[in-house]
Amino acid sequence: MYGRCPPKRNAGHKAGHDGVLVAAVALIAFLHTNLALAEIPLDQRRSGYDNMSAATKAMQDDDTANPATLSVLDGEALWSGKAGNEGKACADCHGDAAVSMRGVSARYPAFSPAKNQPIDIEQRINLCRTEQQKAPALAHESRDLLALTAVVGKQSRGMPIAVAEDEKTKPFIEAGRQSYSRRQGQLNLSCQNCHDDNWGQKLAGVPLVQGHPNGYPLYRLEWQSLGSLQRRLRNCLIGMRAEPYAYGADEYVDLELFLMWRARGMTVETPAVRP
Amino acid sequence: MAARALINVPKTAKRGAVIEIKTLISHVMETGYRHSTEGQAVPRDIITSFSCRYNGEEIFATTLYPAIAANPFVTFHTVATESGTLAFHWIGDNGFEVTEEAKIVVE
Repeated sequence: MYGRCPPKRNAGHKAGHDGVLVAAVALIAFLHTNLALAEIPLDQRRSGYDNMSAATKAMQDDDTANPATLSVLDGEALWSGKAGNEGKACADCHGDAAVSMRGVSARYPAFSPAKNQPIDIEQRINLCRTEQQKAPALAHESRDLLALTAVVGKQSRGMPIAVAEDEKTKPFIEAGRQSYSRRQGQLNLSCQNCHDDNWGQKLAGVPLVQGHPNGYPLYRLEWQSLGSLQRRLRNCLIGMRAEPYAYGADEYVDLELFLMWRARGMTVETPAVRP
Repeated sequence: MAARALINVPKTAKRGAVIEIKTLISHVMETGYRHSTEGQAVPRDIITSFSCRYNGEEIFATTLYPAIAANPFVTFHTVATESGTLAFHWIGDNGFEVTEEAKIVVE
């Protein structure tokens, strides 16, 4: 009712319109600045590690204090344990993970010619299970899949992230970039609003990081468990009150690919610890 | 899958030196205060006690409570007195029991 009433004062009326115009121009200018700010220069990228407390850093740096090591041990047992109707273990084809899996997860998500689209490391492991081992696919965020991605991921620790950027992957990197920069959810935020434009500030008292996926799967103290990058993306989507995708959705894989491309050259910390 | 424990004890130490011992064990530490999506109470499942014996003599013991996070990380110090074995013992709900050992050489 009140909102529909015309302003009573004539002078105020005119000023009100000018005010709206000024606000609109300022808003447009702000949005343009935001677009101009996009993309962090390569030499200014920071791992989330840099924002952690000394205690959390010490936890990640010492394998015997890093709780993700418990999952790596589980993963090593799964790696050499036989599974499925074929009765084959990962080790029967791939041998020692320390040799055969070196640098592998630093290159994922990678283009799968069979699927004609990129697949992430979780999907790659499940392809091996269903096609080679004839075993049922492992559920996303299940203890076994996390353990296997941890043991594979650990072999890339210290190596630079290097996803392929070629004619096949470019359309998917671009799709990931689109969903990264698209405003969504009830809060009408894009990933970019926080992680490109406002990193280094605080959000609800917590340091706002650049959001590089250089340690997944990682042990998050808040989760009290290991979790995948998709779980973290789901977390952000719920935070901006957007509908999260189902685990394994193509949209997540595109986003993972874009984020890995965005973090190209950064050092893999898997399995990392985050607060 | 069986519980996994990680022990970090220096392999060698000088006699009389203070050494740091770090232990980490996998456990959900379910508080007993949570409910499932169907409204059922999730029963408590925690580690209730942890102790360490140095050549048979208890040098450290602690009681754990529901407020302690999953995968408890317990670290403490002791004086390296003689070469031998450090035995670690965790006891918990539902018959949970794990023992681990580590050797130390004191010069």
